[in-house]
Amino acid sequence: MGKTLAEKILSNKSDSDARAGNIVIARLDLVFVQDSIGPLTFRQYKETNLDTIFDTAKTYVFIDHAVPSPIRELSNDHIFLRSFAREKGLQLSDIGQGVCHQLVAESLANPGDIIVGSDSHTCTAGALGAFATGMGASDIAIGMALGKTWFRVPETIKIVVNGRFGPGVYAKDLILHIIGQIGADGATYKSLEFGGRAIATMPVFERLTISNMAVEAGAKVGLFPSDTMTQNYLKEQGRGECYIPIQPDPDAIYEATITINATTLEPTVAKPHTVDNTALARELKGTKIDQVFIGTCTNGRLEDLALAASFLKGQKRHPRTRLIVAPASQKILLAAIAAGYITPLVEAGAAVVPPGCAACLGAHEGVLGDGETCLATSNRNFKGRMGNPEAFVYLGSPATAAATAIRGEITDPREFLLG
Amino acid sequence: MLKGKAFKFGDDISTDHIVPGRLLHLRSNLPELAKHVLEDADPTFAQRVKKGDFVVGGKNFGLGSSREHAPIVIKMAGVSAILAKSSARIFFRNAINVGLPVLICDTDRINDGDELEVDLAQGKIHDLTNGAELHFGSMPEIMLHILNEGGLIPYIKNHKGFVVPQEK
Repeated sequence: MGKTLAEKILSNKSDSDARAGNIVIARLDLVFVQDSIGPLTFRQYKETNLDTIFDTAKTYVFIDHAVPSPIRELSNDHIFLRSFAREKGLQLSDIGQGVCHQLVAESLANPGDIIVGSDSHTCTAGALGAFATGMGASDIAIGMALGKTWFRVPETIKIVVNGRFGPGVYAKDLILHIIGQIGADGATYKSLEFGGRAIATMPVFERLTISNMAVEAGAKVGLFPSDTMTQNYLKEQGRGECYIPIQPDPDAIYEATITINATTLEPTVAKPHTVDNTALARELKGTKIDQVFIGTCTNGRLEDLALAASFLKGQKRHPRTRLIVAPASQKILLAAIAAGYITPLVEAGAAVVPPGCAACLGAHEGVLGDGETCLATSNRNFKGRMGNPEAFVYLGSPATAAATAIRGEITDPREFLLG
Repeated sequence: MLKGKAFKFGDDISTDHIVPGRLLHLRSNLPELAKHVLEDADPTFAQRVKKGDFVVGGKNFGLGSSREHAPIVIKMAGVSAILAKSSARIFFRNAINVGLPVLICDTDRINDGDELEVDLAQGKIHDLTNGAELHFGSMPEIMLHILNEGGLIPYIKNHKGFVVPQEK
């Protein structure tokens, strides 16, 4: 009997015949924390009295969420993280280097790996065929110490995407459409596995956007096969030798299969206050937006900045609408400068902030005022998400965000593309 | 046997409702953070909740972040168990890891303010106010062990690792 991607990876890493519903103990290839949950993780670790780290070269501390520190208490958290990393010999990524999930994709995640991080969007690395999932402080503390953890092998929902994306329609629109269709709990505890003709030709930077948001449908992982697109990406990142092909078996058993025709998709937006509360961008025309935020582990990659720059070049942000741009990593920032994407964004009126999570989580760099609206390229629009329960967050693609920044109201980006 | 009052919440109570990002700077000060528990869902909850009470949610309770602070501050508020129609994966695992039971049941049958009695061993919830008797679903055996031993940290201290339950 064939296996899904999740069953294949978990079988390999647990030396067992892992099938949906089984409980397995699996070896971990990478364990990481970030600054919002790292301090609690390290305090929990100290509670265990284990005093071992399974592999210091595979245990990372990313200081990316509230960087540079906006407030004394968080500065003190950062001191604790740095000193713990130094004491234990862990790998440290400090302020300005970028968002953990982007750095994991660029430099650390390999097809077939198991990755656990103290952040719900750890599932981003599923785009590279890694079984990557978010966990809390206690689980990560134990993972760091033992280099293994327990998993319930998830059932899999297969998402087959055929057809061709039309102009102005991107991976972000696809994943928002999927979440709108199955609901914010539509894949709870499960693996989402992507396949089909439109997936086979989809570059990894777009796959990362989709895997990133798998958790917004409740999924444990969002897995892509490891194929020639994966190989291309790893080569671009200078680590082509990490490539191994991984495909699900043709006779794998899926709990459900959802087929989507990409040709019929349109620019899609999630409305406040849940990600599954979706509508088409054109249906929201006239919705005034006070702030546009382009960035994050969802859509802060070089291609996203290129796309935003292509809309904003020679344009100005609407006088009523603020624009914040945060590249997801230092490497992206440098490449965007070299490629000339930053200048048109700044000339259009963008406040470009350092690589990191920026305004996404509501701690700093773009906290919304009472009654304000934001259109963000991030992954979450919960009540209070961007620092204010009296504010309203919409989610869309970088193209929708750029078009919205120009018009000052939610705008279908095709209005600019089709003349 | 657990006994207390039901505090009813709706569907999709997120980790941002429980401990919002704007309070990120309080995460290393849990007693202070706990004063704000569930503030964005019900600003009066933290003042009203008493030891032993229950948080009763709808579907997808705890969706969102992996912040373990969320179940920790609910537990610190004195809550003895969360009852919900369904729970998001990371929150569910975190709650068990900190020794806070999350019981999956038909919470439509419970009203805000009802007195509840929960029998963890029998898997039963008795609504003393309206007489309803509910059953809650089971969880994987490894989670039951973790919960019964007070959470993941005490479990690991006891066993020095994971004990794989034998397949039945």
